[in-house]
Amino acid sequence: MINYNKMIFELSNSERIGYSLPREKFSEFHINQLSDNLLRKKELLLPEVSELDVLRHFTNISIKNFGVENGFYPLGSCTMKYNPKINEEMAANKAFSNLHPLQPTSTTQGALEVYYNLQTYLSELSGLHEFSINPYAGAHGELVGLMVIKAYHEDRGDFKRKKIIIPDSAHGTNPASTVVCGMDVVEIESNELGRVDLKKLKAVLNDEIAGMMLTNPNTLGIFENDICEITKLIHEAGGLMYYDGANLNALLGKVRPGDMGFDVMHINLHKTFSTPHGGGGPGSGPVGVTETLAKYLPNPRIKKLDDYYFVENSSTALGQISSYFGNYLVALRAYTYIRTLGKENLKLVGPYATLNANYISKALRTAYELPIKGYCMHEVVFNGLINKDNDVRTLDIAKRLLDFGMHAPTVYFPLLFPQAIMIEPTETESKETIDDFINVMHKIAIEAKEDPDKLKQAPTKTPIRRTDEVFAAKMMIFSYKDYLEYINNRG
Amino acid sequence: MSKLVEGLYYSKSHEWVKPLEDDVVLVGITDFAQSELGDVVFVDLPEAGETISQEDEFGAVESVKAASDLIAPVSGEILEVNEELVGEPELLNKDPYKNWLLKVKLENTDELGSLLSSEEYEEFIK
Amino acid sequence: MFKYFPHTKADIESMLKTLNISSIDELFKDVPESVIFNSDYDVPSFMSESELRNHFAELSKKNQELTLFSGLGIYDHYQPAVIDAVTSRQEFMTSYTPYQPEISQGTLQYIFEYQSMIQTLTGLEVSNASMYDGTTATAEACFMACAVAKRNKILISSTLNPNTVNVIKTYLKYKELEWDFIAEKDGVVDIEDLKNKLDKDVAGVVVQKPNFYGIIEDYEGFADLIKANKSLFIVNADISTLGVLKSPKEDGADIACGECQSLGMPVAFGGPSLGYLATEKTYVRKMPGRICGYTHDLEGRRAFVLTLQAREQHIRRSKANSNICSNQSLMALFATIYLSLMGKNGLREVNNLSYQGAHYLYEKLLKTKKFTDPFKKPFLKEFTLETNIPKEAIQTALLEKGIFGGIGLDVFGEQYEGLINFSVTEKRTKAEIDNLVNILEGLS
Repeated sequence: MINYNKMIFELSNSERIGYSLPREKFSEFHINQLSDNLLRKKELLLPEVSELDVLRHFTNISIKNFGVENGFYPLGSCTMKYNPKINEEMAANKAFSNLHPLQPTSTTQGALEVYYNLQTYLSELSGLHEFSINPYAGAHGELVGLMVIKAYHEDRGDFKRKKIIIPDSAHGTNPASTVVCGMDVVEIESNELGRVDLKKLKAVLNDEIAGMMLTNPNTLGIFENDICEITKLIHEAGGLMYYDGANLNALLGKVRPGDMGFDVMHINLHKTFSTPHGGGGPGSGPVGVTETLAKYLPNPRIKKLDDYYFVENSSTALGQISSYFGNYLVALRAYTYIRTLGKENLKLVGPYATLNANYISKALRTAYELPIKGYCMHEVVFNGLINKDNDVRTLDIAKRLLDFGMHAPTVYFPLLFPQAIMIEPTETESKETIDDFINVMHKIAIEAKEDPDKLKQAPTKTPIRRTDEVFAAKMMIFSYKDYLEYINNRG
Repeated sequence: MSKLVEGLYYSKSHEWVKPLEDDVVLVGITDFAQSELGDVVFVDLPEAGETISQEDEFGAVESVKAASDLIAPVSGEILEVNEELVGEPELLNKDPYKNWLLKVKLENTDELGSLLSSEEYEEFIK
Repeated sequence: MFKYFPHTKADIESMLKTLNISSIDELFKDVPESVIFNSDYDVPSFMSESELRNHFAELSKKNQELTLFSGLGIYDHYQPAVIDAVTSRQEFMTSYTPYQPEISQGTLQYIFEYQSMIQTLTGLEVSNASMYDGTTATAEACFMACAVAKRNKILISSTLNPNTVNVIKTYLKYKELEWDFIAEKDGVVDIEDLKNKLDKDVAGVVVQKPNFYGIIEDYEGFADLIKANKSLFIVNADISTLGVLKSPKEDGADIACGECQSLGMPVAFGGPSLGYLATEKTYVRKMPGRICGYTHDLEGRRAFVLTLQAREQHIRRSKANSNICSNQSLMALFATIYLSLMGKNGLREVNNLSYQGAHYLYEKLLKTKKFTDPFKKPFLKEFTLETNIPKEAIQTALLEKGIFGGIGLDVFGEQYEGLINFSVTEKRTKAEIDNLVNILEGLS
């Protein structure tokens, strides 16, 4: 039913229901006893459908999606690794999912133990002293990490440090988080190798610098080999180093951010620690800090005394940033992943991911422009085809890949290269899958030369083809109500 | 190739200024700016009566995949805003020189001297 | 070999050969020797699946599943079986943010349907694709109000859930914005105090209904005052209750926000849940987060895409109004399926059944003479009473019988001493409620 094209509202029939609720027990009370001025007047526009209608509807739209189990998903910077089923089984455990967050800690020791131990494991794996798992996502972790940095300076009575240095190759969240945290961005240009330019870095250092945010390997998939020098310079200038964990997968098993001199970091559990992306969330963005900064971590904190786990709200904390313990069940999945791999297999994640990426880099550079030579880490960035004739763009290559049953890589990011294609294979992909991808990419390069229109028209084998984004932005049809009005006006 | 119009003043942030009479000018965005942005879907403009000052933001132009702040090429009081653009932002793609954004009464006509001529601007966007 | 790594020895050798190197370590030559981690991690050794299951079985024993009479933002409503069946489909669960619409129509369509449902429940014109939770959604609503009004102060009702207040305060403090509180009077926000505090700096006013005490507040007159001051009116409401209560639009709100956990999500030790945010189209460009819009493909087929992306961090960078990127998409699918199954009648019935149970318990507790109602105001599924029985005695007695409820509100601050909360959903049976009353009756 790939051609299924109904909205749930269009299946509605006012006689049908899809729920079964307990029968009324206390008929002496009724919601209509509330005074009229408190009740809604406007009729709700919700579907009325049977249970099977709902299942068929969502099953039919689901098959228009592409998931990790459909095929290769080399989306750069997103770490689309396999999301293990055992994680899901553990997260579905009612002994955890039925816990109310305000329950006394004597009744939630198992849940707290998982949270606490995950904090400890993340500290060990990243070389930092302490973690909070409360932040809900990577960007949320960034914001909280920056709050830690700001809190640290203000606590020392230093109120003029409000500038954060960010390389121009950084993810957009870095500057956005900085501004949301009430600080200013100092952007520095990368050098010709895509790395931090030490000269330019030195030029912006002064006593207004609160810190620097860095992704390492950076968004070009390149390791910042001057990292020790960079952290030294920032520390000497009185700033703190923030590690954006977006690319941590490259380093797992090989390098720990704390050992490179980073003071604060976040981890995207939905990348490195295999929790599902869920079509855009829920993620989880734990924040880790050095011992000096631990007192600023957000409330509530989970601590352990002897063998008892408890919840603490500290007055030195930067404040509260979530209702309770973040996306707890996501954290529980990451805990399962770490216990499944154990210390032995965790050591292999980064190395295998890096091997896969370099193998792709080597195999594709005969057809695709590799702007930065040398080894990459877990991902590789090309700048479109080498042969730029026929005006075949990165977008066309990405769309053509969909016709071959593969997800597109990240495109047009990083911004340093106009035709950027960013490929991240992850460690869970086999040589056979990667060889298939390489073959398809070469096939596309040949098509670009011989039949460019095929690329311009692509994709043609997907549930829908290219979409009219200008129409969407101008018409602003954001709901079924808007849609009905649009249809009526069109006549 | 981006189109240019002789006799206009240009800013490095890709706005143009067209003197009308005395100290009154029209302000718009250049053909280069609209082609870099692509299909314009939204224009955010200030209101008549407000003032703008040179090099400060006064609004934004948005396409599907990009957004660009509008930077005032001159200082002065806004006499009129081109309301047509609110309903039909795509006019900026059709003819960016005909479809001006603001009519401004200059505070200081000397500011025009700090802007680029069409030749200089052509060189600048090369 | 390990089950998640498909690399055979032969594969690795052949790949290394292609790369003209003899070991994977050579790929890390850019990494300074001094930062290479050569030791073993101090984490436990790997586990087989059955070991892992045993491990979790042990952990589970340290948790206690209780009959919940607790609420305060997280409620024990019924979760239809259909939800788990659909949300666990890998097409929904494992996919990324729908940036490639051609192969993401499943996600995009349910986001559109979710937005439509939030639209009708709040009455406002546009909902975004979701927020992390109710507290952060409210904090972002405050930022939005400041951006729209170009002012820097937020007035917060004292009857907001303290969790929400704490998160708003953290967000505002770091963004260097200001806030002040509107006093409460008899358990509801005091309109006279609002009048006194509305000044030229106020960008937005945040209220909550049902409020922290469970009371359904009436905002008659609020919107006019707030609009006259050119400020924005922000209403935080548990989305499920909007199935019967006056919508934020009917209250005159400019922004609606809050928690959606009631829509088919487990209590989950507090997360993941789901926040919603809705506003009028006039303000959409100041709205944070992803928004899905309706369009067509080049063959004219119906299609959905992420739109107005020029607001967002990946394009706007330091000029973006918010840094939000990942949201709670899969939880929005929970809400969409739940609302599809319930429809307007089911949602009304859930609220009515909860109302009935809560009022039955309320009357019974008052009859014991051990509890009094300090407010005597209308409520829906939870309420607050005053008692002289020490809260520890209540908690211990209930826990012995496997019940959690009667939360002492003073966990949120000393000012709430002596107040306790009870919450009743449609799931609580008459026997459970009677049992609760019996236990409490025996205390002093």
